[in-house]
Amino acid sequence: MRIFGHKPTVTAWVGIFIVGAFIIMAVFAPWIAPYPEDVTLEGIASYAPPSATMWFGADQIGRDLLSRVIYGARTTIGIAFLTTILSFTIGIVMGLWAVVGGKVVDQILSRLVDVMLSIPLLIFALIILSLFGSLFTSVIGSLVVLIFVIAVLDSTRVFRLSRAVAMNIVVLEYVEAARLRGEGTWWIIRREILPNALPPMISEFGLRFCFNFLFVAALSFLGLGVQPPLADWGGMVKENARALGFGLPAPLWPAAAIALMTIGVNLIVDWILSINARPSGASAEM
Amino acid sequence: MGRTIAIRIVLGLLTLLGVSVLIFAATEILPGDVATAVLGQGATPETVAVFRHELGLDRPAYVRYLEWLFGAIRGDFGFALTNKRDIVKTMSPKLFNTLFLAGYAAIIAVPLAVGLGILAAIKEGKWVDRAANIVSLAAISMPEFFLGYLFIFIFSVKLGWFPSLATVFNSMPFEKRIYTVAMPAVCLTLLVTAHMLRMTRSSVLSIMSQPYIEMAFLKGLSRARVIFVHALPNAAGPIITVVALNLAYLIVGVVVIESVFVYPGIGQFMVDGVTKRDLPVVQACGLVFAAAFVILNTLADVLSVLVNPRLRKPR
Repeated sequence: MRIFGHKPTVTAWVGIFIVGAFIIMAVFAPWIAPYPEDVTLEGIASYAPPSATMWFGADQIGRDLLSRVIYGARTTIGIAFLTTILSFTIGIVMGLWAVVGGKVVDQILSRLVDVMLSIPLLIFALIILSLFGSLFTSVIGSLVVLIFVIAVLDSTRVFRLSRAVAMNIVVLEYVEAARLRGEGTWWIIRREILPNALPPMISEFGLRFCFNFLFVAALSFLGLGVQPPLADWGGMVKENARALGFGLPAPLWPAAAIALMTIGVNLIVDWILSINARPSGASAEM
Repeated sequence: MGRTIAIRIVLGLLTLLGVSVLIFAATEILPGDVATAVLGQGATPETVAVFRHELGLDRPAYVRYLEWLFGAIRGDFGFALTNKRDIVKTMSPKLFNTLFLAGYAAIIAVPLAVGLGILAAIKEGKWVDRAANIVSLAAISMPEFFLGYLFIFIFSVKLGWFPSLATVFNSMPFEKRIYTVAMPAVCLTLLVTAHMLRMTRSSVLSIMSQPYIEMAFLKGLSRARVIFVHALPNAAGPIITVVALNLAYLIVGVVVIESVFVYPGIGQFMVDGVTKRDLPVVQACGLVFAAAFVILNTLADVLSVLVNPRLRKPR
């Protein structure tokens, strides 16, 4: 079988299988999960150990842990995905603007991003959330704030890459030709630069997704991300951490789900990277 | 050379200044301020006004920024909103604890990662390289808390070798401290080693594709000799940058790991500050973290100038 004209390697298949399984889990959660997401089950003690009817056991207030892990796929993967799309939109628009907008725009945007990048992202997010968190008390409101804050912070990395890629494109003849025949800036961005800049950005999308996914999980784990009663993998680890003291692996299930999902995406990204060599200026690690 | 280094240091200081503006501004441009955040939405406008005056929030932002900045330079971050204690006094023992944890992890991680990274580059494509690749990919993919709780589950709950909570206090003897902090330190080590190993490997490999390396091979030199005599001196700059970058990453990893092991460090202090909306504490911790980040990056710049003579002339 071929995907986009390339044959996936064995490790790529493993990655596709893992990610596919999690996406199916997220989309069809109500049909797959044996119990509802946020209902305390009758006659079930807190941290009930795993049994035949509840494979992962119960959480701190007697909810089925397996069902919550399945529903958590929706929240955690969904938020990370939305964040990455938003961060790419902001990052690419700003990056292309810096390239075609002239020297002054480029200098202002680049220096701003330099300073923003010299504060660790988690620390920056904590500072902003310390004030922003209190503004919205509803669950949806706090989710919007969370997605927006992470997307803006993450877009600095996308900005760097898209600027570097577009810099190499903007000097090519066909852009010059478009400019000479009198096309507007917006037209040049949309029809000449963007289609040629996107292919190297695809693998970066996977990497940024992994980063945002782990970032959302870490914030939720610290109690500053997704708010209860929504099932979310990072928050579930925190909620169930005390079960470890009773010798139960309860917090390890959602944590393992996070690890597995990230490994899956990374395996796919590795395969895409091996197909087209990476552009300069891209960073896989941060 | 001295001039280049001086320029780097001045640039670092300027970045630090920019960072302090950004940390201060991030809490200013948002709607609402500390007073409304602390008092909540039910407070009457009069109470908010009185509280704002008490905190000095009714003065212009730039005045408060300058006061805050000069206070910070003198080592005075003011008082915490929640318990009215001097922030610097509360923070300094926690800062020491965090530095101890980070230093502990760094002492193990740096030699391990650089050694294994070079080894993986030498044995490119062989089983050592592949094993290192798979293990480090897995370690990068794991969230910090997964590793932390896995360690607690295996080594303290099941085996009972280490305490699950890394509780330290000032009068603790050194060996006891090393033992108590061992698990969080090893967790951090694994996480940072994975990043550092991959980056070391790729920077050595990128040097290996240079023409002069091909020339050395064509002369018939052994692979080991080419790597140690020809490649490594040139890879030293990138490797130092990699190490500094990852030590900076250690700072962030510390926040989550401290929370897992309930370790009394500055990361926990900051997270507590965020949940209690104690803005002066959050700003102070943020500035300390950001300063450590900037200092490490500047240090990397300076060191790479020192090891690579080609960078000594300003371009």
